Amino acid sequence: MTAHGQHLTNLTLTIWRQAGPEAHGAFESYRIDSISAEASFLEMLDVLNERLIEEGREAVVFDHDCREGICGTCSLMIDGQAHGPQKGTATCQLHMRKFQSNATIVIEPWRATAFPIIKDLMVDRAAFDRIVESGGFITAQTGGAPDANLIPVPKPVADAAMDAAECIGCGACVAACPNGAANLFTGAKVTHLNLLPQGQAERYSRVEAMVETMEEHFGSCTNHGECEGACPKSISIDVIALMNRDYLKAKIANRKQLARS
Amino acid sequence: MNTAVDSRLNSKIPAGAIEDKWDNYKSDMKLVNPNNKRKFKVIVVGTGLAGASAAATLAELGYQVEAFTFHDSPRRAHSIAAQGGINAAKNYRGDGDSIHRLFYDTIKGGDFRAREGNVHRLAQVSVDIIDQMVAQGVPFAREYGGLLDNRSFGGSQVSRTFYARGQTGQQLLLGAYQQLARQIGIGGVTLHNRVELVDTVVVEGRCAGIVVRDLLTGEIQPHAAHAVVLATGGYGNVFFLSTNAMNCNVTAAWRAHRQGAFFANPCYTQIHPTCIPQSDETQSKLTLMSESLRNDGRVWVPLQPGDNRPSAQIPEGERDYILERLYPSFGNLAPRDISSRAAKRAVDSGRGVGPLQNGVYLDFADAIARLGKDVVQERYGNLFEMYERISGENPYDQPMRIYPASHYTMGGLWVDYELMTSIPGLYCAGEANFSDHGANRLGASALMQGLADGYFVLPYTIGNYLAPMLNKPMPGVDHPAFQAAERAASDRYRRYLDIKGTRSPDYFHRLLGKIIWDYCGMERTEQGLEKALSELPALYDEFQKDLRVTGDGVSTNQTLEKAGRVDDFFQLGMLMCRDALERRESCGGHFRAEYQDDEGEAKRDDENFAHVAAWEWTGNPMESIRNVEPLEFEAIHLATRSYK
Repeated sequence: MTAHGQHLTNLTLTIWRQAGPEAHGAFESYRIDSISAEASFLEMLDVLNERLIEEGREAVVFDHDCREGICGTCSLMIDGQAHGPQKGTATCQLHMRKFQSNATIVIEPWRATAFPIIKDLMVDRAAFDRIVESGGFITAQTGGAPDANLIPVPKPVADAAMDAAECIGCGACVAACPNGAANLFTGAKVTHLNLLPQGQAERYSRVEAMVETMEEHFGSCTNHGECEGACPKSISIDVIALMNRDYLKAKIANRKQLARS
Repeated sequence: MNTAVDSRLNSKIPAGAIEDKWDNYKSDMKLVNPNNKRKFKVIVVGTGLAGASAAATLAELGYQVEAFTFHDSPRRAHSIAAQGGINAAKNYRGDGDSIHRLFYDTIKGGDFRAREGNVHRLAQVSVDIIDQMVAQGVPFAREYGGLLDNRSFGGSQVSRTFYARGQTGQQLLLGAYQQLARQIGIGGVTLHNRVELVDTVVVEGRCAGIVVRDLLTGEIQPHAAHAVVLATGGYGNVFFLSTNAMNCNVTAAWRAHRQGAFFANPCYTQIHPTCIPQSDETQSKLTLMSESLRNDGRVWVPLQPGDNRPSAQIPEGERDYILERLYPSFGNLAPRDISSRAAKRAVDSGRGVGPLQNGVYLDFADAIARLGKDVVQERYGNLFEMYERISGENPYDQPMRIYPASHYTMGGLWVDYELMTSIPGLYCAGEANFSDHGANRLGASALMQGLADGYFVLPYTIGNYLAPMLNKPMPGVDHPAFQAAERAASDRYRRYLDIKGTRSPDYFHRLLGKIIWDYCGMERTEQGLEKALSELPALYDEFQKDLRVTGDGVSTNQTLEKAGRVDDFFQLGMLMCRDALERRESCGGHFRAEYQDDEGEAKRDDENFAHVAAWEWTGNPMESIRNVEPLEFEAIHLATRSYK
């Protein structure tokens, strides 16, 4: 920790640079002489980039947007940890007061086969969208909904659904997983929708489609639990258990439906 | 001044009593047969609440939809960051709410500068939004009996705000995104991600499509359609420091403006009262703390200027609870513009708090004593955590420090009742248009408007436009107008690379933002605006000569993207200042120091300014033409806004 209002001095940033998806990447080092402890981690990269541009060099490409920890656009492995050292915090909410002067900080993109590198620190997370497209929704066409209070939802159920729904889709779980599995991401969406009364009609078809799409792109879960530790929203690994339970049931339930048809 | 009614600014408000207008419209509008809908292609640019809900709904109806976003995924749009809630006139609390009251509150909150017909329709469809979102599984807050909970928000005396913890925008956007994802999965919508609109194409007076730039390859691509919807958000990032996401920009709306779409009321910008004050010179953006915090937090500053004792050591009698003192009936829930100015005046009078003396306190000590820490944590826990992560201070132990920041823009592309811009076939929805919030938006109304436009307005009004075009030929991407637009876009991005000056786009953006904040921010004067209008063209000139963009135009280049956006912000900034200068009155978020009453409240001039200023592009923002659409108030009497 660096105290309020202080500056950190003499930082070395070791950053992964890669010109394109097929290019050969390598680490490059950059020095930051001084930065305010109140600056966010990404603001430090802004300062570096502005300097690089004015020196005629190409800025470091990284994904970021809201800088409030909610859009899920930012990523970065910082010293080998997804979103850096502060638990339950996305990179954009990490502040330099969490670091010390004279440190060397290693910055890499998410490393996962399902997230190919686009350039420098930017990766392609479209495989997450494919999972949602396969079943991560409740089919309710615009216009036909009944009055909202016709569907009471017990508060504990609504709260548990909301806990799972907080997922920001950043991909830290995949990056932290030794297998590159997406079970926390998929489990969070399955749990959000499968807990709610509105989600029951498609409960089993949803989980089956989403799990199978997930398996086309990502590795398999072997219960390391790294995902939960890396999640900026601290989503519980319980969602994976709930997903697995429903998937197993789906295999039986959907078979019954097939037999009837 | 030009006050003649312009036929190009026909708002097309349907006939009838205010509560019948929307039903009358729907009874009279032309329909497209279900089997014919697939013959029409509609482009939707932007995938926030308005864009995602429009794209999904139009695809459900059967139109061919192409959706465009500059993000990697539609789920990233900045609607996701809205915290507090969404209004709807459900009257689930039985506290006297109604469609009429929501309509009235919105018109009054907007300081009588919005169009009655549009606002009434917004209040009407607000109830359908909640039904739709609940059906889609949005986990709104519930009471123990399982029914929906509500909270109250600034500018209203009823509890009509639905919420999902402090992440209502996230949950609503994910709901709309999931509905869109379903359509993408079944082929109803084709998604183009990581592409940015760089021009709109007009052929024979109708919008014929768009030209986009692929942000990964730099390739310029044309796309033709029967109709185009811009749902591309607001322009608050013109201030450089704002609560907008880093990539929010005005480019799509601005490029449409340059093709003939009128830009309305650009000076109506909202400065949100509860943001975390700037902490140092590297700051890239400001973070909002939900207005819902004002339900339980009390705003105060020391009575004496220069009192820099820690908050706990300042006794009750030496504190000034500014909003409770000035606005006893609304207290800490006074509307945003009014609360922001009260905070600014406290800081300007030397009573600011914090290391840089640039904030006011928002204190929860009383709420914690009254309700207990657990209840406060249940209501605001995630906001308190966010505050602590950013500021390094724990708001359970010491008051939050807050200060106003640019947050939302009420101005935007001019649209009629059908949300069509002044270019036929080009529609504009959500924050990008100007239509519903007048000169000031009430809290929890942005989410409502985005979803109203996308779910319940555009899907009707677009059909009315398309129906007569059935089986008529449509200009394709081989039309010379597309080729000209592609060439112009290629030239533009090549030019930024070729300047080879010395300064980054951010350098210029920061200077631009400072001018706009200083002279066209919370308080504006004729002298200040004149000064801004003399400084801006000079700085813009420097931008065009001394910009440096490194990298190339054929791979991912965020510096090049930023250069294009800053260019458009410069042009918009000039128009904003001109609009603020010409509007010689104070109303809502537009506060001209020359026009205030004895108590420092905004003084409107209904005689001369009860109108929309719709600016017409002429090739130079300093020479744009100001056209006027008069506002008519039939259902509501113009009154002085009072929250005392």
